[in-house]
Amino acid sequence: MLRDITIGQHFPGNSLVHRFDPRLKLVLTIVYIVLLFAASNPLGLTLSILFLAAMYTVAKIPLKMIGKSLKPILPIVIFTAVLNLFFVSGEGEPLVHIWFLTIYAEGVRYAVLMAVRVMALIAGTSLLTYTTSPIVLTDAIEQLLKPLGKLHFPVHELAMMMSIALRFIPTLIEETDKIMNAQKARGAQLDTGKMTERVKALVPVLIPLFISAFRRADELAMAMECRCYRGGDGRTRLKVLRCTKRDYIDLAVCIACFAVILSSRLVFPNF
Amino acid sequence: MADIIKVEHLSYVYNPGLPTAVTALDDVSFTVEEGDFVGIIGATGSGKSTLITHMNGLNKPTSGKIFIDGRDLWADPEKIRDFRFLTGLVFQYPEYQLFEETCYKDIAFGPKNMGLDDAEIDRRVHEAADFVGLDPALLERSPFELSGGQKRRVAVAGVMAMKPRILVLDEPAAGLDPEGRDDILSEVKEYHKKTGTTVLLVSHSMEDIAKYANRVLVMSNKKIAMYDTVEKVFARAPELLELGLSVPQVTKIFLKLREMGVDVPADVYTIPYAVKMIVEAKRRRDAGESLVLPREAKQEGGAATC
Repeated sequence: MLRDITIGQHFPGNSLVHRFDPRLKLVLTIVYIVLLFAASNPLGLTLSILFLAAMYTVAKIPLKMIGKSLKPILPIVIFTAVLNLFFVSGEGEPLVHIWFLTIYAEGVRYAVLMAVRVMALIAGTSLLTYTTSPIVLTDAIEQLLKPLGKLHFPVHELAMMMSIALRFIPTLIEETDKIMNAQKARGAQLDTGKMTERVKALVPVLIPLFISAFRRADELAMAMECRCYRGGDGRTRLKVLRCTKRDYIDLAVCIACFAVILSSRLVFPNF
Repeated sequence: MADIIKVEHLSYVYNPGLPTAVTALDDVSFTVEEGDFVGIIGATGSGKSTLITHMNGLNKPTSGKIFIDGRDLWADPEKIRDFRFLTGLVFQYPEYQLFEETCYKDIAFGPKNMGLDDAEIDRRVHEAADFVGLDPALLERSPFELSGGQKRRVAVAGVMAMKPRILVLDEPAAGLDPEGRDDILSEVKEYHKKTGTTVLLVSHSMEDIAKYANRVLVMSNKKIAMYDTVEKVFARAPELLELGLSVPQVTKIFLKLREMGVDVPADVYTIPYAVKMIVEAKRRRDAGESLVLPREAKQEGGAATC
């Protein structure tokens, strides 16, 4: 059950997408999200999805993984689609009219578009985490946020916190699994029973989990201090991110694709 | 006596159908008689831990069947919780599962889940605390104030208090000092003797298994490599060494002596028995008997009395 969580999961590889500079990748992902909303006509969305599919193929990520990353947000997708379906009113005759619910053709259109858009959004951001290791990603974030440091924003500390948090997700999942098994072995009912009983049954899992998380945090702090960690001042890196010529070419190709998608909306506004 | 555990062609695969699928157990079959003390040994990753989580239905076999006390474990998945009380499972580092405000409440967690009345719970908590040598004064203290060894005792008592017919322990002595190791293992042995509970003990230490178990199950590469009485398993010491496992040091000495051509038994695995054998050998030599092995004799046997 807990093993299905894919947040922050990384698929090591050596494809073009994997090697692409993480800073540019991050920025492009954000641009892609904006694009999904800017080019919101069916043609634009289709092109965006085709672009994403091409990226997944280049990165050699199995298509099954898209399904896996979409599974947890399916309720949200359905919820948004249903809301749009009933609350978007259009012109002309409603398609269905039951009691106070009316469905217009416009509503159906919006519901489908919204669902597709949200799914493309998740799939797009998943591609970023699938092809970029968490450590590299936080490095990229730190560098991108560096200008904020001038405003006394603790950029390095934030990045360090993020990488530690990401690093401990799998560890804590494993720990939770172990504790759940141990309490089940003593007859705790974690997967059966009424809702209130289940919530109560979480106490024996959460308390040991918190205790072990604090213990780990203590130990990690000690280990970092032992290795003379004193924050970001004057710290140099082993691997310095550098954009190469190839990164710029990739960037240019992506921007061109995005431009085509965006212009499709302007050229064919009715599709 | 009747077989309390019967495992038939048990296989288990993690993540079946995915590219990350890993076989953890491959066609494992064995039976355990009621009242046995079985030691389970094997190298890391040989499938020991996966095997024991099958004993109370925390993992469902990919194929194969498990019978506990003659009943099929997975005949009715709704009733799996009954088996959790029949087979008490103590995990590695069980102190990390403590959560209650007092040790008393934590030990009572299992019995409470069984739906017992307060008087019975009280009796069981004190009995279990007594078995693991926990001072009754500590029962009202928070488990988080105790030392590592005491925490471990509280956790073990928490499982013993359920009075399971089978007690499974995964490395109960891991991370304890030598004295703590001996203490906790002798307490388990004592519990086994007094209550007649069937015990399955996973351990890396051959010395511990030799000292406490009467049967040994050797896991290797997801399968059972050997399953026999302690004497017979340790008599096959060269094979154990081949599997990447060690044998008790005293067994190593006796094997070396035999290799050197001294007529001593090969199935020596505890110190008291070793002393007896050496005294025996000395007596024979003093009586003028030859200590040289009949075949491939290489050396005089005087070394045996060292």
